[in-house]
Amino acid sequence: MKNIVEINGLTKNYFNKKALKDINLKIEEGKVVGILGPNGSGKTTLIKILTGLLRETKGEVFIDGHRVGVYTKSIVSYLPDRNFLYNWMTIRDAFEFFKDFYQDFDEEKFKDLLDFMKLKMDMKITTLSKGMHEKLNLSLVLSRNAKLYVLDEPIAGVDPVARDQILDAIINNYNRNSSMLITTHLVRDMENIFDEVVFLKEGEIALMGNAEALREERGKHIDDIYKEIFGE
Amino acid sequence: MEFNENLPIYIQIMNLLKSKIVSGEINEGDKLPSVRELSKQLKVNPNTIQRAYQELEREELVFTQRGMGTFVTEDVEMIKKLKKDMATNIVQEFLVKMKKLGFNSKEITEILSEWVEKEERE
Repeated sequence: MKNIVEINGLTKNYFNKKALKDINLKIEEGKVVGILGPNGSGKTTLIKILTGLLRETKGEVFIDGHRVGVYTKSIVSYLPDRNFLYNWMTIRDAFEFFKDFYQDFDEEKFKDLLDFMKLKMDMKITTLSKGMHEKLNLSLVLSRNAKLYVLDEPIAGVDPVARDQILDAIINNYNRNSSMLITTHLVRDMENIFDEVVFLKEGEIALMGNAEALREERGKHIDDIYKEIFGE
Repeated sequence: MEFNENLPIYIQIMNLLKSKIVSGEINEGDKLPSVRELSKQLKVNPNTIQRAYQELEREELVFTQRGMGTFVTEDVEMIKKLKKDMATNIVQEFLVKMKKLGFNSKEITEILSEWVEKEERE
């Protein structure tokens, strides 16, 4: 199978602090990969390198066979862990903004997602709750026909109903030709949607593998393995 | 659905479908939900559902028709056998637990028949 992401010997330093140490990782086409770790483990640094927002100190990163750059940005759809829309916008403005910005933006898909999330075009960004914000942002990001979706903490801080809608939208969006990379520390809520999991601890891969194989091998949920790795 | 047992998810899904088949909630020859549908319903990765279907097919409990979907076997004998096997597992597990608690075979039989009678009366 084809690799959408290939990372070899990736290291990132912020001055003296080592944020990522010699990361090696491959993500196959059609896979949903969970990057698991507590705050400060390097998850967001890894994502920022994949999306071209940060440069690596050492090592190589390929997405669909290309070095991170203009081409890879056109095939990677990224959900940041904070709000990225302007306060003066309505949902319609955000939609127009995405449509202008990304050639692979699928209008129909967006309208369907908006319906599914029970959001309306004329709602103002400033009036949205945290859960609605997250649902809108995810709808925008999933409406691109990208090869790689990078979702940074998609369910952090949302209520259980919104969380279920977000999980449904992620599952619905699954297709064989694109991959998803999702970071989370809410492992119990998300572990069933991962094919592969990567445990990131202090900038290093502590463990990775197929989620079902790990459950079988250790007789434990991924959540319990997480607690074992990151607990006292 | 919550997956609580410490087993791979695909095995838990297989068990879920098996109990629906033996209880008659899903009949012989019935079409199973598509991978995508079940994946949405259970909020589980589609590849995991696919794996569960493949394993059920290997056990010849379901079969796939190209372009049509996955169907439960029409072999009634096979479903009867599955039902019996599942019962055997439950009984064995029960016996192991009871013996661990220190009951002997005679006591276990007594307790069991007492409860079966009680259930019938209610």
